[in-house]
Amino acid sequence: MNDGHGHFDPSAPLPLLPGHSSGGRLERVLRLGRFAVTAELNPPDSSDPRDVYERALVLSEVCDAINATDASGANCHMSSVGICSLLTRAGYAVIMQISCRDRNRIAIQGDVLGAAAMGVQNILCLTGDGVQAGDQPAAKPVFDFDSTSLLECIRTMRDKGHFLSGRKLTTPPRVFLGAAANPFAPPYEYRAVHIAKKIAAGAQFIQTQYCFDVPLLRKFMDKVREQGLHEKAFFLIGVGPLPSAKTARWMKNNVPGVHIPEAIIERMEKAKDQRAEGKQLAIDLIQEIKEIEGVSGVHVMAYRQEEFVNEIIQASGVMRNRQQRRAVEPAATT
Amino acid sequence: MYAVRLWSVRHAKGLNAFYRAFEKALIALHPLWNKIGYEKLEKPFGGVERVTKGFLFDCQMCGQCALSSTGMSCPMNCPKNLRNGPCGGVRDNGHCEVKPEMKCVWVQAWAGADRMGLKAEEGHKILDVQRAVDHRLKGKSSWLRVVRIAAGLEDQAGNKPKPPAAKPGATKDLAAVSATVQAKKEGQAA
Repeated sequence: MNDGHGHFDPSAPLPLLPGHSSGGRLERVLRLGRFAVTAELNPPDSSDPRDVYERALVLSEVCDAINATDASGANCHMSSVGICSLLTRAGYAVIMQISCRDRNRIAIQGDVLGAAAMGVQNILCLTGDGVQAGDQPAAKPVFDFDSTSLLECIRTMRDKGHFLSGRKLTTPPRVFLGAAANPFAPPYEYRAVHIAKKIAAGAQFIQTQYCFDVPLLRKFMDKVREQGLHEKAFFLIGVGPLPSAKTARWMKNNVPGVHIPEAIIERMEKAKDQRAEGKQLAIDLIQEIKEIEGVSGVHVMAYRQEEFVNEIIQASGVMRNRQQRRAVEPAATT
Repeated sequence: MYAVRLWSVRHAKGLNAFYRAFEKALIALHPLWNKIGYEKLEKPFGGVERVTKGFLFDCQMCGQCALSSTGMSCPMNCPKNLRNGPCGGVRDNGHCEVKPEMKCVWVQAWAGADRMGLKAEEGHKILDVQRAVDHRLKGKSSWLRVVRIAAGLEDQAGNKPKPPAAKPGATKDLAAVSATVQAKKEGQAA
């Protein structure tokens, strides 16, 4: 924290606790058994760092770590490495997302070392949406790794201290590893088995796709508990406010992997104020989800509605036992 | 061909049993292959493999076949080349996110593994974590590689085994090491 010259370094890691993989806050909160909240930062289409800081500021008051997305939906934005570089130097806890779509094993292993050096404590390993889903459908899809082999690679770097090639690392990256789950897409009955495989490859926490279908989530969590997976990894369930019934329908049809039941869309359509209803729906979902055994937290994805995240988390009561943080604008960094 | 590929998944159990027997025979014939030379066999074997597996599975000749671990549904037909399970983008009807007209390779893989008997040893192989593909093997015969690995000529990563290292503290008997290397060379040449 203090570099010995009286300078406070907000990005310095916390001391490593026994049995912990990282010096990060997220791992501590989860291992303490507290209900964790993570939130996704919408990456700007801009080169102005203030665009990142403004969005991080509103999220940081209510979450344990901020997800920096890696061209999600195969759309170009500021890179996850860039966002993590800005956020770590301002002292934010980040989850760096790595997608296998755009970089090969040489680039990714280098990025992992660079990220850990910047103070990134958490990495979420993703396969990535296909290039056809985004704004650059003519791009070459890489997929040198898949999410599982990527997890195994980073775990090897961390625990065995060498690259995939076997070449030694002088300082391995101390990172807490995450994977994604989508309980809301076929093959439903094998989704939990698939997560068991990701956990075997190194996943320590799981963040799921948007949950709008609680019964389906319950079935998934039943299978998770049957296999004891909730004792091997922390499950954070994805939630988010729908801005309108029209957007909900568009998401259902156009965003890969998003499943929204017709009843939810009807509830949105009937509402007088659809934005408020979307917010209330997110609160209701969190309250329902947090009661499910084996759930360790929620992951809030509020696309272009960051200002709602604070309200949603406060209203859902999941942070009730926590001391309210007050974000401070980073002075020297902008 | 897509229709044949789907047929193969429906007959995963029989095809896998056939392959097991075929693999056993291939491994048993290692002395013969060794005599002819694995390099020389690469072309004819690769050719036969490309045609038969291409017909049955739309094989992409990755050179490190995983069909026994993927319910006889070739994972290289997944547009994302996923070798460990489906992505999160599978459509409600079980079709592919990238190619909506195609059934998800991994939905098929689990169905095939089910037919092979998920409880049985073969079915369980779908739970093995597959490492990233070695792109150097593309276009080469996967069958010959299996035999070479079984015969101890190379490991999973394609490395030739090193001569046994001297125990720490013991004096390195160079003569003995070179003798084993020599013997191995002769064995390969024979």
